[in-house]
Amino acid sequence: MPENRTPTPPKARSRKPRKTGRRHPLASVALIAIGLLFTGGAYAAFSTSTASAATDATSQQTIDEGRKLFIANCATCHGMQAQGADAGPSLIGVGAASVDFQVGTGRMPMAAQGPQALQKPVQFSDEDVAALAAYIGSLAPGPAIPEAHEIDGEGDASAGAELFRINCAMCHNVAGAGGALTEGKFAPSLAETSSKHIYEAMVTGPQNMPVFNNLNITPEGKRDIITYLKYLQTHPSPGGYELGNFGPVSEGLFLWIFGIGSIVALTVWITAKSN
Amino acid sequence: MSTTTTAAQPAVNTKSGGFTAAAANYLDERTSVSTVVKELGRKIFPDHWSFLLGEVALYSFVVILLSGSFLTFFFQASMAEVVYDGSYVPLKGIDMSAAMSSTLDISFDVRGGLLMRQVHHWAALMFVASIGLHMLRIFFTGAFRKPRELNWVIGFVLFILAMAEGFTGYSLPDDLLSGNGLRIIDGMVKGIPLVGTWISFLLFGGEFPGNDIVGRLYTLHILLLPAIVVALIAMHLLFVVVHKHTQYPAAGHTNQNVVGYPVMPVYAAKAGGFFFIVFGVIMLIASLVTINPIWNYGPYDPSPVSAGTQPDWYIGFADGALRLIPPHLEFVWLNHTWSFNILIPLGVIGVFILLVMVYPFIEAWITGDKREHHLLDRPRNAATRTAIGAAGVWFYASLWASAASDLIATHFHLSMEGVIHALQISAVLGPFAAYFIAKRVCLALQKKDREIVLHGFESGRIVRLPGGEYIEVHQPVSEYERWKLVSYPDFKPLMIRPDARGRISTGQKVRAGLSRWFFEDRIAPVTRTEIERAHGGHH
Repeated sequence: MPENRTPTPPKARSRKPRKTGRRHPLASVALIAIGLLFTGGAYAAFSTSTASAATDATSQQTIDEGRKLFIANCATCHGMQAQGADAGPSLIGVGAASVDFQVGTGRMPMAAQGPQALQKPVQFSDEDVAALAAYIGSLAPGPAIPEAHEIDGEGDASAGAELFRINCAMCHNVAGAGGALTEGKFAPSLAETSSKHIYEAMVTGPQNMPVFNNLNITPEGKRDIITYLKYLQTHPSPGGYELGNFGPVSEGLFLWIFGIGSIVALTVWITAKSN
Repeated sequence: MSTTTTAAQPAVNTKSGGFTAAAANYLDERTSVSTVVKELGRKIFPDHWSFLLGEVALYSFVVILLSGSFLTFFFQASMAEVVYDGSYVPLKGIDMSAAMSSTLDISFDVRGGLLMRQVHHWAALMFVASIGLHMLRIFFTGAFRKPRELNWVIGFVLFILAMAEGFTGYSLPDDLLSGNGLRIIDGMVKGIPLVGTWISFLLFGGEFPGNDIVGRLYTLHILLLPAIVVALIAMHLLFVVVHKHTQYPAAGHTNQNVVGYPVMPVYAAKAGGFFFIVFGVIMLIASLVTINPIWNYGPYDPSPVSAGTQPDWYIGFADGALRLIPPHLEFVWLNHTWSFNILIPLGVIGVFILLVMVYPFIEAWITGDKREHHLLDRPRNAATRTAIGAAGVWFYASLWASAASDLIATHFHLSMEGVIHALQISAVLGPFAAYFIAKRVCLALQKKDREIVLHGFESGRIVRLPGGEYIEVHQPVSEYERWKLVSYPDFKPLMIRPDARGRISTGQKVRAGLSRWFFEDRIAPVTRTEIERAHGGHH
């Protein structure tokens, strides 16, 4: 037994490293932790990879969906490959932002050819608009739909107001009330335009609007402009009813109809013969 | 104190009128005010709603003076550059003139300031509008005839001064809108051949916009122009008192009397109350409706121009004239640019305005009428004048509408070019159409009046006579009503008479021609014999 016992110390010695190894009291805990880490990590990796794979898959699906919608609704004027035709321009390279603006505000599909596409109730669901945008965006690089931080309206309102006065007010009016252009075209009111559509209009230049790319107005400037327009949309005039913000014409009209109208009615009343 | 009361006591006792009588006596002994009160207090004013339009102008002017004085306490007429640091967030940190900054402070940081600004501006629009209506009333009723021609001219000058007051006020805040307005004035001034540029430099103290214009306009706006306006208003009212008020033709109204209420107490009470009504209407509008939101326009900067940049309504006709003039009328001759696209509108507006001013003298010359007229014309009874007025109103309205051509285009979904072309046609041909239509309508109404006087109203009662004949019974017009229908002066075209040397001058011929144009298709008022004969025939 003692012989047998002799090797015990090395056994004991060998046990010690064993206890530091896989037989360590904390080994199971570590094993569980590692296991969890791997499973979690693998799961996370797997799930992200499936997620990206899923977007890619839906993206391809969306693009196909968009292509079908395009062929059914838009190809008559824009051509089967969106290459353009007599009735409508080529859409290759106009970008997803352009589609999101034109279709998302109801301008496209057009009801009739005219001086410019008129805003009307939106003809497609949000998913369909996204699908169409994805399809056109997939044809060639172009302006993308803006990300949330670009249009959050948290910029500098006074810088935006100044940019707006210098770049936009000559058509859209200083208060964004809209204005006339030549040949029956016009700049629409911005009183109810969403931040996303304002941004998209600036980068794509719909109808007669010029394109304000990032060299003309920086993304920061665009954010400021949106901030200013959102300020106007959410803050009613401190002076009372705005009369459409059309300036002195609506003021003069109001004065002649309501001001002079009520004054004349009162003069008639004050000089009426009592019964 | 006690000594004076005891001294005054016996006087009061002897006159037995109390303190009021004593005070009145005190004043009268020193100012002879009783004669004025006696004269004015018993002065008769006729009652008609259209006679109050001038009063509306006067009361709006009082409101303008009151609110304007408030604004001067806070406004800084300086173009010194400052950085805005007031309450309005979208202009914070923006460079602007002290004028703009102080106007923003009035709007956002002075208690009641925005209301006062809006009262001032709305009252200004009301002021000019009521002057315009008042002038139309005077014109269409012939109230400008002898002896009131000079008062017409004074009133006309007041109208021009009111527009000048309005425009200088519009330019003071130094916002984008006012700067654009001044730029147009600058362009018009520069369009004058030879001297234009120099006049512009004189006005603006160098190249537009310079640093002087706001201060200069401020002096005009609050000192010179109001002083002249007040003086002319005083003269205008003095003339009304001297001439006595005109009245509409009605039973008992003649050229020698005035039928109405005395100033004291009826008319003074009515007019005093009416002042508060006008004040109230202006306050109500100003407290509910925004006017000239300068915070939207931002400070003036020569580069941006907003869509929908228009002058206030009373300058609109001039802006419209500039919009209507066809392009390509500019050429270089003798090394100078001749901008007929500016000179023609300036000339046309100038001639139009001068014609308005001298119209009473033109009409008096054509008609050869030297009589005094205190009885107004019913517009239909002066068909040619009414037609001329309608043509003038149409012309003015066409120019006026043109100032809003862009808004007409967007709101009615028309093309701007189409609107402009339609208004060009309207401004050139419309007055002729308005002239002929108005004249025919007047003559038709006169014929109707004549018919009513001679044959009475159609009663709608059909009677079958024993012989089987159907007749409609006519209701004879009452004598009161008839007075109104027959009492207007009868004119005939002037006869050409040779002068002392037996010759007929060209002036005479022109005058006779114009007189024939004025009166050739007139309808003579019904005479007594005609009435008698008509009634005799019926009985």
